[in-house]
Amino acid sequence: MIIEFVIPALLTIITASTPLVFAAIGEIVVEKSGVLNLGVEGMMIVGAVGAFAVTVKTGDPYIGVIAGAFSGLLLSFIFGFLTLYLYSNQVATGLALTIFGVGFSALLGHEFVGQTINSLPKLNPSFLSDIPGLGPLVFAQDFMVYLSVLMTILVTWFLMRSRWGLVLRAVGENHDAAHSIGFSVTLIRLLAVLFGGAMAGLGGAYLSLAHTPLWVENMSAGRGWIALALVVFASWRPWRAFFGAYLFGGITIIQLYAQGFGVDVPSQILSMLPYLVTIIVLVMISRDDFRIRISAPACLGKSFHPYG
Amino acid sequence: MKLSSILTSLAISAVSVLFLSAATISQADPLKVGFVYVGPIGDHGWSYEHNEGRLAVEKKFGGKVKTTYVEKVPEGADAQRVINKLASTGHNLIFTTSFGYMNPTLKVAKKHPKVHFEHATGFKRDKNVSTYSGRFYEGRHVAGLIAGKMTKSNVIGYVASFPIPEVIRGINAVSIAARSVNPEVKIKVVWVSTWFDPGKEADAAKTLIDQGADIIMQHTDSPAPVQVAEKRGVWALGQASDMTAFGPKAHLTAIIDNWAPYYISRTQAVLDGTWKSGDTWGGFKSGMVLMAPYNKAIPKEVVAMAEKARIGIIDGSVHAFTGPIKDQSGKIVIPAGKVASDGMLAGMNFYVQGVEGKIPQ
Repeated sequence: MIIEFVIPALLTIITASTPLVFAAIGEIVVEKSGVLNLGVEGMMIVGAVGAFAVTVKTGDPYIGVIAGAFSGLLLSFIFGFLTLYLYSNQVATGLALTIFGVGFSALLGHEFVGQTINSLPKLNPSFLSDIPGLGPLVFAQDFMVYLSVLMTILVTWFLMRSRWGLVLRAVGENHDAAHSIGFSVTLIRLLAVLFGGAMAGLGGAYLSLAHTPLWVENMSAGRGWIALALVVFASWRPWRAFFGAYLFGGITIIQLYAQGFGVDVPSQILSMLPYLVTIIVLVMISRDDFRIRISAPACLGKSFHPYG
Repeated sequence: MKLSSILTSLAISAVSVLFLSAATISQADPLKVGFVYVGPIGDHGWSYEHNEGRLAVEKKFGGKVKTTYVEKVPEGADAQRVINKLASTGHNLIFTTSFGYMNPTLKVAKKHPKVHFEHATGFKRDKNVSTYSGRFYEGRHVAGLIAGKMTKSNVIGYVASFPIPEVIRGINAVSIAARSVNPEVKIKVVWVSTWFDPGKEADAAKTLIDQGADIIMQHTDSPAPVQVAEKRGVWALGQASDMTAFGPKAHLTAIIDNWAPYYISRTQAVLDGTWKSGDTWGGFKSGMVLMAPYNKAIPKEVVAMAEKARIGIIDGSVHAFTGPIKDQSGKIVIPAGKVASDGMLAGMNFYVQGVEGKIPQ
């Protein structure tokens, strides 16, 4: 009885959470380098349309995944160029990127509305996935679910254990100091922005190739903004963002299940829960001045003028 | 960066975008007709069908009319600005196509007494504001008959948007029709609190299938639930437009919104100067509601039964809400031999027997 209902619920939670993991982990790297890119939603939706379009044309969802990452990366390059080389305001540029991305994806996707594709296949090593309960849950996901875990591990290692991760964090904490000891602040930030774009693109690709294998305008429906909230929610730590994404996905799915079982909770309140949790966590984090100071990158959102 | 300033700049940019997209100005010789949509026209559902109606108007009248549309307009204050913009830029007939535009439409209509307004699915009218809607419950009746015959598990899963009478009426129509051919049927409803979020709609459909539903119906606008049904090997019924492409095996039929005849007749009325405020509630008879082609997997006798009901609704011999109808507690709400009045249908806020759970308050 328990297995019968819990396993399918968990499977649904995994697919609902994975796009958030990609986008949030990417944005953590961007923000750790001191850049605030509010264009996650735009990069995600462009990633979704790029992945879908290429999958329709080539018939291969794996090429589609690469195309999704590349689409997000291209869009983030616009952002990086404008904010890092032309010193435009990061908040305004990020918002513009979202608005542009949503509109541009609708334009690109026009001919793909109503088309169908083969969705991203689930890996299925039968000797493992036949294990009752645990098998389908742990061993029979599509490769992007494993990739999201792998990326979380890699980014954690990169930020906390690697030399270049230290440099990236230094750039985000004090760009003048990093510049004075010879690091190219602008280049490092550009690379971080491109990485964030590719990750948001992967999140979008997951939406249009695995979660709901179709293209309709505006299909990301605000998930980019949730990913942005998750970064703060996780106080810029990759693992917290990973579990935060599963918490968000989990609450959304569990409230759907609760309704199906006739649990009498107003659906509006349940739909509101993830956002409520973010606000509560924001308040809790903000109470502890010291904690927020050590976790929020000090140069977040500030432009760097190397000769100014 | 403070969150408040982020939100402020967000609001400012959202508003300016709406203004820009609404401001399609040109010289006003032809009749200018404006359309306001709640979703993107690429949703393949509700807004898509309204836009098909707009295209039909353009095709029919050619150079005599010029149409403008604004899509993805949030219900509320933004809607009022957009409608006002259309009214003050020479549009003489404006269709506002979502329930939540009701009060904004009325407010703008007061300021522009010479402009004709048409509000979809609302119930408040004025001298220059008409309302119109489809009797989609007639389509739901036919869909419910098919679902009742096709289900093996006797559980129909229903992905619902918001608990407004329009949606509740649809759920009830399905329950009554399905139980008339199969008294064992139960309707499980999941509310997703959105008209359009493919991911969430898909998750809701998965939830319902996990909980035993082998027929998925929806009152949301994206084809995602049909696609989930196809993948999981259960049946689905499409919403607003033919969604066969998203589930060739699963898609039993769909209830199609067909606004073109109404939009053409109202545009004609403005051109002729005969436009009057009124309320139009069109169903199968006026062609505002259509059924998509039936899936070949449906047995012939079930198709015959569905068609008989459809024709019966057109000639008036069949009504989707014919008594005796009991609510969830077993109390008779429509006595035997009577049919529900339009007033009762328009304000429906209770579940009939066979629907599980409670209406969220």
